Amino acid sequence: MPEEKYTMEETRRIAASIRKQILGIALRSGGCYLAQACSSAEIIAALYTRILNLGPSAGLWDAIPFPGVPGPDNMDYPRGSAYHGLPAPDKDRFFVSCCHYASVIYCALAATGRISPQALEKFNVDGWNMEMIGAEHSPGFENTAGSLGLTVSIAAGTAHARKRKGDTGLVYCLMGDGELQEGQTWECVQAAGYYKLDNFILVIDANGQQVEGAIENQMVEEPLEERFRSFGAACVTCDGHDIAAVEQACRTEHPGKPLAVICRTKGYTGIPLLEKKWPYLHFVRISPEEKEDYQRFYDQMEGGEL
Amino acid sequence: MKIEINTHEKNMIRFAEKHPEVLVLSGDLGSSCEVKKFRAVYPDRYLTMGIAEQNMCSWAAGLAREGYRPFLHTFSVFLYRRILDQLEMSVAYPNLPVVFVGFVPGITTPGGVTHQSINDVGVLRTVPNMAVFDIGDATEIEGVLDLAYEYNGPVFIRMLRKEVPRLFPADEPMQFNRARLLREGSDVLILSSSICTEEALRATAALERHGVSVQHMHVSTLKPFTDPTITEALKKCKYGVITIENHYITGGLGSAVAEVMAENGIGKQLIRIGLPGYTHGASKMYLMKKYEIDAMHLVHGVEALTGRSLGIEEEELEKENFVDFLEV
Repeated sequence: MPEEKYTMEETRRIAASIRKQILGIALRSGGCYLAQACSSAEIIAALYTRILNLGPSAGLWDAIPFPGVPGPDNMDYPRGSAYHGLPAPDKDRFFVSCCHYASVIYCALAATGRISPQALEKFNVDGWNMEMIGAEHSPGFENTAGSLGLTVSIAAGTAHARKRKGDTGLVYCLMGDGELQEGQTWECVQAAGYYKLDNFILVIDANGQQVEGAIENQMVEEPLEERFRSFGAACVTCDGHDIAAVEQACRTEHPGKPLAVICRTKGYTGIPLLEKKWPYLHFVRISPEEKEDYQRFYDQMEGGEL
Repeated sequence: MKIEINTHEKNMIRFAEKHPEVLVLSGDLGSSCEVKKFRAVYPDRYLTMGIAEQNMCSWAAGLAREGYRPFLHTFSVFLYRRILDQLEMSVAYPNLPVVFVGFVPGITTPGGVTHQSINDVGVLRTVPNMAVFDIGDATEIEGVLDLAYEYNGPVFIRMLRKEVPRLFPADEPMQFNRARLLREGSDVLILSSSICTEEALRATAALERHGVSVQHMHVSTLKPFTDPTITEALKKCKYGVITIENHYITGGLGSAVAEVMAENGIGKQLIRIGLPGYTHGASKMYLMKKYEIDAMHLVHGVEALTGRSLGIEEEELEKENFVDFLEV
């Protein structure tokens, strides 16, 4: 558990500032993964300030030009994971599988003093490391997560390795609920159950939406809790906008099993203007006609500059 | 020719003894991939990943990130065709030292089209950072794990199992990105890989007896494909080049050779002998003859290249004597 450096009020304010920052990006660029910021702001703020036990950032303070793809001649590039601190047996690790949440992660890193707030100006700028969908080099990313289902297994493999080595730190993996449709996710959960990975915690932003609309209109996913339990995991559900509830859910005892924390959220929480776009909220575009309303809302939001 | 039995089974145990960070991951085919005994010797280092290859691949990436050296064991088809996205994005992109030990390559299985990896080399030659090794004999089985271990990045091995001939001296292990020179000559260059090298060895002595000067090289590193000794041999041969491989005619050894010839301006004829397309389930020798990747068809290729009719019969090729290289 991290040292209690943040009060509940500070965590709440960080969540609010994440939401406002992303709306600011959407207003400047015409669109962003805004609904994901709305659904996950409290979850991600809670993870970085109250749940994850991370060392101080070892990442570069400023954004850098893209450091090149990994390869035999390029294995010493600056790693995105460095922003979560140097690896240590007692420290937690945090994987982000829902990589289109990158902007939310960058904002959370800035809000928690792990990267310069000015670095956010390089978000989605050609040639820089603050890409819209992150990879190994992107601040806050352990791995290349753009293809859904893969990161869950990589995180579980990491948890398995750490369990073998006797590390006491935990491995967290943040994912969306659309990703629960991938077969690999369930291959992973059954294996994590088989290997009794009680150091492995899946945190699911269950915002009920995917690219083509509401999840319930695309695929059968429910009942999620039963599904996880039958694949060998412990599972709890919480209100993903209630910071204390998310924290408490992540602390659920789960001896001999991985834990899945289903955080029920909405993609328009904190920005009610978005509700009329529901459920088509995967990538929110703000049209010139809408801009004034959103700008007015932005101006009165709490959580100004970081 | 000495036939060795279950060489990988012994070698994997011997190799793991030297490297405590080595783990075997099995996709429920470990007993068909010669690691059943490994499981008995190192139960704690044998991870059953079930019939779930996608998870096995990305899971291995997580283990590799923590310093382990995972060796994935299942049939070759299930290690590239089924899991290409996982292989590329979880392992190849971050250049992780994960080794894919792919069994029953090409038509070495009677299992039919779902089990026959006819285009693994072609697909994997397009994957950056990845090395691809194609095993031809027992000596190579004994050497390939060390090469894979030393390679800085992911490795795919087309592995042979059960009865495998020892074609090369046991004290001359396989070398990275170096073809093995088996016969020197100046008329025709034959480049062979996998089980086709044994076939080529049946043909080359007969060809020599019938007056064709053959240079024969066995190729086991298919990616990278930058061996200068191959380029030199391509320049040297008088009539042209024949490749013969246990793989679809597109994308494998023959295609790699064509690229090298074109890039070096080597304007000679190239005959690519390989599988013409998808195959079906039958015995290895039946399929080799049916799909024309055997010694006789190599002779036909040489005849086409040299414009000479050699009059070599099947019986002459079959009674070819091989050197008995013993295990050291």
